[in-house]
Amino acid sequence: MTDNHTFLEVKDLKTRFHTPEGTVFAVNGVSFSLKEGETLAVVGESGCGKSVTMMSLLRLISIPPGKIECGEVIYRDKDLLKLTESEMEHIRGKEIAMIFQDPMTSLNPVLTVGRQLTETLRTHTPMNPDQCRERAITLLDWVGIPDAKNRLNDHPHQFSGGMRQRVMIAMALACTPSLLIADEPTTALDVTIQAQIIELVKRLKQDVGMAMIWITHDLGVVAGMADRVIVMYAGFIVEEALVDDLYDNPLHPYTMALLQALPRADRRREKNLKSIQGSPPNLLAEPVGCPFAPRCEFVKERCVRENPILTEITGGHKTACWVDVKTGGLR
Amino acid sequence: MNEPLVRVENLTKHFPIRSGVIIDRVVGAVRAVDGISFDIQKGETLGMVGESGCGKTTAGRTLLGLYPATSGRTLIDNLSVHESKGADLMKIRRKAQMIFQDPYASLNPRWTVNAIISEPLRVHKLMGSKSDRDDRVKELLELVGLNVRHMNRFPHEFSGGQRQRIGIARALASDPLFIVCDEPISALDVSIQAQVVNLLEKLQDQLGLTYLFVAHDLSMVRHICDRVAVMYLGVMVEIAERDDLYERPRHPYTQALLSAVPLPDPRKERARQRTILTGDVPSPINPPTGCRFHPRCPIAVDRCKAEVPEWKDVAPGHKVACHLVES
Repeated sequence: MTDNHTFLEVKDLKTRFHTPEGTVFAVNGVSFSLKEGETLAVVGESGCGKSVTMMSLLRLISIPPGKIECGEVIYRDKDLLKLTESEMEHIRGKEIAMIFQDPMTSLNPVLTVGRQLTETLRTHTPMNPDQCRERAITLLDWVGIPDAKNRLNDHPHQFSGGMRQRVMIAMALACTPSLLIADEPTTALDVTIQAQIIELVKRLKQDVGMAMIWITHDLGVVAGMADRVIVMYAGFIVEEALVDDLYDNPLHPYTMALLQALPRADRRREKNLKSIQGSPPNLLAEPVGCPFAPRCEFVKERCVRENPILTEITGGHKTACWVDVKTGGLR
Repeated sequence: MNEPLVRVENLTKHFPIRSGVIIDRVVGAVRAVDGISFDIQKGETLGMVGESGCGKTTAGRTLLGLYPATSGRTLIDNLSVHESKGADLMKIRRKAQMIFQDPYASLNPRWTVNAIISEPLRVHKLMGSKSDRDDRVKELLELVGLNVRHMNRFPHEFSGGQRQRIGIARALASDPLFIVCDEPISALDVSIQAQVVNLLEKLQDQLGLTYLFVAHDLSMVRHICDRVAVMYLGVMVEIAERDDLYERPRHPYTQALLSAVPLPDPRKERARQRTILTGDVPSPINPPTGCRFHPRCPIAVDRCKAEVPEWKDVAPGHKVACHLVES
């Protein structure tokens, strides 16, 4: 899938955490790529490795206990995993920015919003303090914070949850990055505020022309904004597809079950929700077979023995499954 | 119509705001719930939705008597929750139970599952002997789909979904008629949510339970509830049968709320016209005058600022509080 527009390519990334309880196999060989201007959604439940993958590629995981065992993260011909810490600092915040789930814990409560907003600018640009201030006002205005000029000296607790998330977005966009990684940015917010933030991000993305990776567990949010989707389970990518293909024609039993487990606000109730039995696996052991096998309704003898690798089935639609979910037999 | 199992009349809960170090005085009130009235029929599931801070959790807790009410009353099975004492109060406590949002915080970490689930049996002296209680705990564990051999384990040995099952078993121990489910699934993963919802529905069928289902997930509420009430800033703005509410929402807030719900359908999402509300929910300490929704309402007129809208019927079983909705 490598072509001129691909600017980020992750190959066989493995991240583990060496804890007193044992080794946590958090990310087990993840590969994907991203094109300029594309929105990629990474979907999965808690502990599936979606956040750790993104933290690893920005080298934000704490080492120890974490360790990136192997892999490459090629960003515009540079392997981010091989850069020195100071080279990495030129990438983070400037070329690749990240926003987090909880805007209260990711903003510093004792510094003013203006001070935090200008930090990226002071670090990455030659602007003087007055220019930084001007730029900060423009940014706050841009993300829809009323009376931006006077709010620069306010502290985070003086903002509501939705407004704090807007501040976070303004900080991330300060240097017009070419990639924005958003880790569950609307999960802590109410639906009406979530709708505001999603509209805002879509608008800003068009203004800046940046690519985006949107980490979420909400398949509704994904449908509304992604171009392409990656589904993760137990540290593996189990399915990858264009957004329409994934919803029309899920190829992995996990994706299929997730979609069937969702109630719909736009339809009358027809039947009971389909539930997935059991719970996600403990990541303290490297799985032998397919990690979803114990919960899978299509499970075959081969699934327990051998872990399937992510394979392309039709144009750009990949799945890691031995079984053809349409027939129920082996592929 | 049948006699309702739960009747809530003009229920109000204000939390006082205190100030002053030496002379402690009340300087204001958080008007968390400000006069709500509704009935719940036997065997029914009523959904209560709204955004954070709208008072839905406080409403659930106050109507069970977990908070004293500022005014108004609740009748559960014809007993007044806030006025009853002694044996009557114990009876209400036994017949009305609660399932909490956070399965990590609502179970005592130092108690075994057996001790947690058998507490209501001990408090209400429902089973004389230890062995009877153990049998009942085993029966309850089986009912909620947990392994009976795990009754001597501690909460930390269970996953989130399993803990929520323990919370459900505890709520069922005293044979209740009515359960307030306060966001019982919002802390759980998608694949586990369906398990817990299906369990709650199975139990309702088997035991004839009545639920008040407090939630912010509007898709799940449509799935599980028979009727749905929408709250905004401590007041109820709309109540209707499930499909009536989702297909013909009348209040502008309900309309905006429903249009903000993301749908797992890319084509529909692209075609959708959203009503995006501006601003945030105002503070319940000084709620706006007139209709509380008027500062964010896309169709508000002058009258909305001045007059509190009447809580009126617009169709059979469909009530709305809005000046601009014709009855």
